[in-house]
Amino acid sequence: MISIFPSLLSGAIITLQLLVSSMFFGLIIGLIFAILRINKNPIINKFAYGYSYFFRGTPLLVQLYLIYYGLANIEFLRNSFFWVIIKEPYWCAIIAFSLNTGAYTSEILRSAFQTIKKGYIEAAQSLGVTKKITFYRIQLPIAIKQSLPAYGNEIILMLKGTSLASVITIMDLMGEARKVNVLTFKPFEAFITAGIIYLFITFIIHNIIKYLEKKYGFQT
Amino acid sequence: MELLSFGDTGWGDELFFATLMTIAVSIAAMAIGFIFALIFTPLKLSKNKTLNVIGNCYTTIIRGIPELLVIYLLFFGGTGAAMYVASIFGYDGYIEINAFITGSLAIGIISGAYSTEVFRGAILSIDKGQFEASKVLGIKKYIQFYKIILPQMLRLSIPNLSNVWQITLKDTSLISVTGLVEIMRQSYIAAGSTRDPLFFYSVAAVLYLMLTFLSMKLINKLEIKYSKGY
Repeated sequence: MISIFPSLLSGAIITLQLLVSSMFFGLIIGLIFAILRINKNPIINKFAYGYSYFFRGTPLLVQLYLIYYGLANIEFLRNSFFWVIIKEPYWCAIIAFSLNTGAYTSEILRSAFQTIKKGYIEAAQSLGVTKKITFYRIQLPIAIKQSLPAYGNEIILMLKGTSLASVITIMDLMGEARKVNVLTFKPFEAFITAGIIYLFITFIIHNIIKYLEKKYGFQT
Repeated sequence: MELLSFGDTGWGDELFFATLMTIAVSIAAMAIGFIFALIFTPLKLSKNKTLNVIGNCYTTIIRGIPELLVIYLLFFGGTGAAMYVASIFGYDGYIEINAFITGSLAIGIISGAYSTEVFRGAILSIDKGQFEASKVLGIKKYIQFYKIILPQMLRLSIPNLSNVWQITLKDTSLISVTGLVEIMRQSYIAAGSTRDPLFFYSVAAVLYLMLTFLSMKLINKLEIKYSKGY
């Protein structure tokens, strides 16, 4: 059991890298689409809704395969600059995970935006605060605070999602566990150790979010 | 389009049966999850510390580790465990457990953890007075559960169970790694033999979207039906 630990830990680092980078891009995508969702223009609105409907309605595995195997099928993409990115499974995984978590994040932020009390915005308007400043200084901070618990769940869901990277040949924690299983024929040791590491990471994320909630959370 | 035709030349019929397989696995997993939830919800709500810890361990661990891990553990570990048990009884041959059974059991264990949380929330939201009233009337504990708590719990948990159903439906795509021919596996095979992954994975995405859309409509109808009179 001890002998397989180093290889699993090196996998865990890849898992964390995947998680952090996809959460980072996902947050940006989610924020953009949340703003598009609360836009009053029906076309922009529908487009953002379609995006989140597609990515929340299909399994992550389908999205991963579509990007990893599917995009390589398009001739002009293969000849363009993007090929450098999409030929690497690592980047494909990050693209798929970011788009997926972006869809969920946009829903979380949208519902946070919509539950902000009208009074805050009206008060800002009556004080003559411009729309831009109202958004950046009032709506956005409240929305972020309100969505902290839901966003914490999303991070944990995404941590579990990154295990799918192993099916497109990335040696993350799951991939390493599979390799150990194949090499040693000891499925219980390999997968249970990996499970403990996953649980440990979940535990840490859970506690960080709990701390942030306590410190910056929205008191009502 | 001819790739999707039914018969020997197209993949239409294969994908159709794969869709049925996905639905079958989802329903089986959901049912297994219900059984798990009905066992573990009372444990989570029990006043006994030990039982409580067991219930909490189940939901925390299953919701904290990747779905893929549970599937691999059951798929690789399950065969080994079954062969070990068989070797005690003197059978040394290779045993392969049906992929459908392992798959739906694995997904069932996962959806059971989510259902447990849903049921727990539903029971907690039932008015305390009802428990007290049935106690005062001298109704036995299990009759109280079956006749008073369970019906209300099921009604209250329909909206959240619809989320669990969606998660379960999407999780079944992961069983494809064990070789069970459902939508994902079938499109993988089709993509491999026609060299058109973009098309077949798009078809798979559309099939999943259709399934989630239709089940949403159906569950909404159920919700309206059972919330009559409230």
